[in-house]
Amino acid sequence: MDMKERLAIPRQPMPEQDPKVRARNFDEVPLGYTPETAKTEALRCIQCKNPACVEGCPVQVDIPGFIAKIVEGDFIGAARHIKKTNALPAVCGRVCPQEIQCEQRCVRGKKGDPVAIGRLERFVADYERASGDVAIPEKPAPTGKRVAVVGSGPSGLTVAGDLVQLGHEVTIFEALHKPGGVLVYGIPEFRLPKAIVAAEVEYLERLGVKIQTSFVIGKTATVDELFEYGYDAVYLGTGAGLPTFMNIPGENLNGVYSANEYLTRSNLMKAYKFPEYDTPIVKGKNVAVIGGGNVAMDSVRTAMRLGADHVYLIYRRSRAEMPARIEEIHHAEEEGIEFHLLTNPVRYIGDDKGWVVGVECLKMELGEPDESGRRRPVPVKGSEFVIDVDTVVVAIGAGANPLVQSTTPGLETNKWNYIVADEETGQTSREGVFAGGDIVTGAATVILAMGAGRKAARAMHEYLMSKK
Amino acid sequence: MAAKILEKRQLSENVFKMVLEGERIARKRKAGQFVVLRIHEEGERIPLTIADADPEKGTVTIIFQVVGKSTAHLSDLNPGDTLLDLVGPLGKPTHIEKVGTVACIGGGVGIAPVYPITQAMKHAGNHIISIIGARSKDLIIMEDEMKAVSDEFVVATDDGSYGFKGFVSQALEEKYLMQGRKIDMVVAIGPVPMMRAVCDTTKKYNVPTVVSLNSIMVDATGMCGACRVSVGGKTRFVCVDGPEFDGHQVDFRQLIDRQRIYLQEEKESYDHYCSCRLGKGGN
Ligand SMILES: Cc1cc2nc3c(=O)[nH]c(=O)nc-3n(C[C@H](O)[C@H](O)[C@H](O)COP(=O)(O)OP(=O)(O)OC[C@H]3O[C@@H](n4cnc5c(N)ncnc54)[C@H](O)[C@@H]3O)c2cc1C
Ligand code: SF4
Ligand code: FES
Repeated sequence: MDMKERLAIPRQPMPEQDPKVRARNFDEVPLGYTPETAKTEALRCIQCKNPACVEGCPVQVDIPGFIAKIVEGDFIGAARHIKKTNALPAVCGRVCPQEIQCEQRCVRGKKGDPVAIGRLERFVADYERASGDVAIPEKPAPTGKRVAVVGSGPSGLTVAGDLVQLGHEVTIFEALHKPGGVLVYGIPEFRLPKAIVAAEVEYLERLGVKIQTSFVIGKTATVDELFEYGYDAVYLGTGAGLPTFMNIPGENLNGVYSANEYLTRSNLMKAYKFPEYDTPIVKGKNVAVIGGGNVAMDSVRTAMRLGADHVYLIYRRSRAEMPARIEEIHHAEEEGIEFHLLTNPVRYIGDDKGWVVGVECLKMELGEPDESGRRRPVPVKGSEFVIDVDTVVVAIGAGANPLVQSTTPGLETNKWNYIVADEETGQTSREGVFAGGDIVTGAATVILAMGAGRKAARAMHEYLMSKK
Repeated sequence: MAAKILEKRQLSENVFKMVLEGERIARKRKAGQFVVLRIHEEGERIPLTIADADPEKGTVTIIFQVVGKSTAHLSDLNPGDTLLDLVGPLGKPTHIEKVGTVACIGGGVGIAPVYPITQAMKHAGNHIISIIGARSKDLIIMEDEMKAVSDEFVVATDDGSYGFKGFVSQALEEKYLMQGRKIDMVVAIGPVPMMRAVCDTTKKYNVPTVVSLNSIMVDATGMCGACRVSVGGKTRFVCVDGPEFDGHQVDFRQLIDRQRIYLQEEKESYDHYCSCRLGKGGN
């Protein structure tokens, strides 16, 4: 096919479950490319000499390289090619914000639509998994060094995978009963099927990574005790798992949840399958979710799937400032979520049994830009109004869980209690202790957490090998 | 981590004691801390106070009352069975210190968590007055264990079938505070109305009072806020900031409301379990 024909191919749409149907089930929304659509989409890539897309990728996946393999029909080869730089392509292909990373930089996007890099990444990773032909690299010579990884989110999983392949003995310690971090407790099934996370974890176990679930560092054992047990280095990838509330009246009423609780009940504990699963969740008829990020989008869409009649998204800025991925905002709209933008809750109203029955809001307007460069929302005087609700989910961000920091003497933290670590190496103020992911940067993205893990693994390897 | 059940004993009509394998937890735990367990893949995360532990044998003792589906299921298990997950020790340990005279008060199944604290307080050199109570005589548990770590000991039953007739809060007031006995500190654990009654009483006499709260939990590591409660007007997470708080500061009203969030679902789940159990021909 010549260049002109290739340039004429339109971006291949992603087949999706019908919005009306999917708004009431927990199955994955996008259905995935077929081999034919993947090949067609791959042909749209013009194989730039200096690919801008790669610069836009936080871990510099060789994008034209893997796309070229798709054109050849070597899908498994393409997946393995990505895995050289990104250990979790099936996850990243689904949840990375490509529209502000690789795809934003793609030259094809200057005139028309960028290459659907994320969809292609997802396709090859799924193809490899479904084929069962997942390569297990040969076992490297053991170094005799032992590494403890705290937290099994994307950051910890990446570190563990990299270090085990360098011959170190790696154990992950995870507080919850299932490994995966936000990938299992936060991001819902309809966006990231848990079987995919489980397959990635199983792959690591086949590489030789040991996983100790139900083990809380700072409680079951401290970081110092890990060294006493004989670990030579420790990686802290504990995430940003502290829920934030607004501290407005009525926030402790029954029916008011943090997004962490709401999503953990539904995802990790499978409350959407109650009573088959034991953990319950309030299945509200009128649900308000406060916030405008991915967590808020996951919450509104979960509420709809739990059977709500009305789901309101309440966000204090305008749509342009929403930090959520555009695709997720779009999906939420299609599923019938009602947006109250430029609106801020000021208090929750309860009944005599302590249940929330309403949320009082103020209208906002955009004023001068603030430190983040976004225009600051300011309340409109006298604009109070009440929305009747029986469930509220507060999704306004997350902070640092202090369990590890408060039990590890000499570990430097910043004013928000995140761990201070070198950006290039993950080195903390404690010898042999490295950190990365959300616990260093604050709530960010899967790919950044993985990138930090990769860099830290390199530095930890050097540290371990230079140590007597 | 999975944990094997080593022993099981029925202490009263609805209260069971189980000894679990849990080496690390047994070594680390301090009075006042708890574990979270999960029975099976579909199970919820159940928080239970560590009633006792044996660091040498590597065992942890839990005592629980059957109040719904999960505890009913737990009580149906037997030595040799394995729990899918056991994690701990969680929560802050009780602040143990020699203060003088300490009244340790346990109501119903709350006697179980008050026991390790009583033991530690006694060990620290305090004079211990124990007051344990229940609705009636057959619901009193751990009488011998409590007696063994007490200098003075009172049993109270609501119906008068054993010991003092009345609530533990009344026993505390009538037998001690009204008599002018100096008590330096009270530790009270039991149903929320009981803890509230004790706090109302001790407030009158200005006796510092610690209560241990059993709010609804999910992760129990400070990640979700399910367990939150107002203490002194500030929101605290029971699983990591507690479970013990200054009883005079706790908003008991809110705690009671929040404990009732899933009342309906709990019933549904329990009925579902009972019908399944019958269906399977179990007892
Ligand atoms: C609902 C939701 C939706 C999101 N959607 C997206 C998205 O679409 N795209 C995207 O790129 N990013 C998204 N994010 C952000 C992304 O998930 C996080 O940035 C990423 O998971 C951070 O990875 P991590 O490895 O640093 O930590 P986490 O994934 O948070 O994992 C940390 C793990 O450490 C464990 N842990 C914590 N403390 C201890 C301890 N003391 N001992 C033992 N274990 C401990 C925790 O239980 C957890 O399992 C989303 C986040 C949420 C909450
Ligand atoms: S920028 Fe776009 S067209 Fe160029 S190599 Fe990357 S994906 Fe292909
Ligand atoms: S139970 Fe989740 S924060 Fe306490």
